[in-house]
Amino acid sequence: MAIKSPVPEVPAPVWRSFKDLQEFEALRQRRPEGDKHSAAFEALTEGIHQFPGGFVVTTLADTFFNWARKSSVWPVTFGLACCAIEMMATFASRFDVERLGMVPWASPRHSDLMIVSGTVTIKMAPMLERIYAQMPDPKWAVSMGSCANSGGPFRHGYHVVKGVDRVIPVDVYVPGCPPPPESLLNGLLLLQEQIAHFRRTGQRAAPNEKLD
Amino acid sequence: MTHEQAASSIAERFSSASIETGTPLTVSVPPDQWRSFAQFAKESLGCRFFNFLSAVDWKEAGLEVVAVVDNLDDNLSLRMKTRLGSGEARCPSLVPVFRGANWMERECYDMFGVVFDDHPDLRRILLGDDWQGHPLLKSYAVDTPHPPYR
Repeated sequence: MAIKSPVPEVPAPVWRSFKDLQEFEALRQRRPEGDKHSAAFEALTEGIHQFPGGFVVTTLADTFFNWARKSSVWPVTFGLACCAIEMMATFASRFDVERLGMVPWASPRHSDLMIVSGTVTIKMAPMLERIYAQMPDPKWAVSMGSCANSGGPFRHGYHVVKGVDRVIPVDVYVPGCPPPPESLLNGLLLLQEQIAHFRRTGQRAAPNEKLD
Repeated sequence: MTHEQAASSIAERFSSASIETGTPLTVSVPPDQWRSFAQFAKESLGCRFFNFLSAVDWKEAGLEVVAVVDNLDDNLSLRMKTRLGSGEARCPSLVPVFRGANWMERECYDMFGVVFDDHPDLRRILLGDDWQGHPLLKSYAVDTPHPPYR
């Protein structure tokens, strides 16, 4: 085994299979055969929408539902390293993300956001993948801190995954080492915008620019 | 027991050991005397506290196993070393003498690939069971592929 130069050549991330939000949306819009009630409900809403002036009711209802969806994001608590301290500070009373409707929840099966806060090691990556797979669709992921974004100061180590986006799809990258709670709050607000964008357009927005 | 007394008693008992005085007292012994020296340090010098065990990779000159044992009553610290030789990775285990050496030797095996003879449970401790290679060796490249994550 030859000794190589100290700066490793990191290959591009390899994407593996994951369920996209658009697949989920298509699944949600497809109705089972013989579902009379939802068809009747759809006919009713279509009738209201086509009625003169009725579009005000339906669009306002859509806006209300979009607001409700983006204001009730429950993050699964997934603290990995020192970023988790900042994440806990964000969840605590001083910064108080509960006013955004976020409840840190200790079960992936009830959550729709994963905040990956800290260094992901090669030993931890399969567990992270499994917890992400246990979350119900639609789900989002926030990569918090340099380590989760790109490996950070441990990028040249032998045991670190060079960016959590090699394991799961990421929607918002929060830079910093560690990011202060204000930074994470900004990331969560960006995520709310992305959720609203997805609900409006049915397309997952591109993640924000990754700064290590 | 002072450093001087310890150094003279080591020189008397182990003639092939090379002793560097100082703090801590540093003693190099050949690998075949490794366990008997540890026994001597524990029973005659009173170094009953096993501090740590690790290894150093000197590239072509081979691996060197380092352990520090302390006599907390007399404030005596003893650093014991053994050179395994080029291309050699077998070393006697210290577990029969110090039970605290168990996990240290497992970690040393994990990181440097030193195989400790007579170790009761020699397997990886920090890295995953499917890991290939020993990452703290100088010959281990940091960008060694580890599918599917790197």
